[in-house]
Amino acid sequence: MINVLFFGQLKEQLQTGQLSIELPVNDVKALKTALGQRGVLWRECLSGASTLVAINQTIGSDKSTINDGDEVAFFPPVTGG
Amino acid sequence: MQDIIDVQTDDFDQNALYNALRQDSASQGAIVTFSGLVRDFNQGHAIGGLFLEHYPAMTMHSLTNIVGQARQRWTLGKIIVIHRVGHLAQGDQIVFVGVTSAHRKDAFDGAQFIMDHLKTEAPFWKKETTECGPRWVEANPNDEKARAKWGNDD
Repeated sequence: MINVLFFGQLKEQLQTGQLSIELPVNDVKALKTALGQRGVLWRECLSGASTLVAINQTIGSDKSTINDGDEVAFFPPVTGG
Repeated sequence: MQDIIDVQTDDFDQNALYNALRQDSASQGAIVTFSGLVRDFNQGHAIGGLFLEHYPAMTMHSLTNIVGQARQRWTLGKIIVIHRVGHLAQGDQIVFVGVTSAHRKDAFDGAQFIMDHLKTEAPFWKKETTECGPRWVEANPNDEKARAKWGNDD
């Protein structure tokens, strides 16, 4: 099972902060494709050039591998400080 | 000298943090501190206040990593990084970074490096209250330029 989190504007747009996914996806690109089947809004939000991804709290990319039990977070560019 | 890295809803006391930096600092000839505040105007809108969201599991990891990178590049004494989350009003303190070093250049560079990386890497998001309603703050490209000038070797 993969724990998927959303933050900031993405969380609001998708009206989802967290979901669990059982699908056999082995990298971020495949996870985006699987989540994209939820609708056009999901495809647009996740394919945005500025959307960042972290795997187990470390910034990654579409090519990052995902293993069972991982936590994958999607979020917009950070704006703290 | 132990670093202090914290994410909190409560306000912080800059004098207390400065005094913490001064403790056990006989060999440290320089202290540089930075405080970030909620401005009254941003990106064309008057700001009433803001809400700061973060990714709790990643935030401490990210801040600790940034502080560790600064330590690898400069000879630094004590480092304090405090970032607030939750609801903040205009004029409130958001962030504090304090760095000690034997000499001023390392302290200046270390503090600026930490802020430049915090602004572009640490998972915080600001939602401002404006006269047109709430809106998410967009990342400023100048922040990324400021980070990039430190190079990619970090």
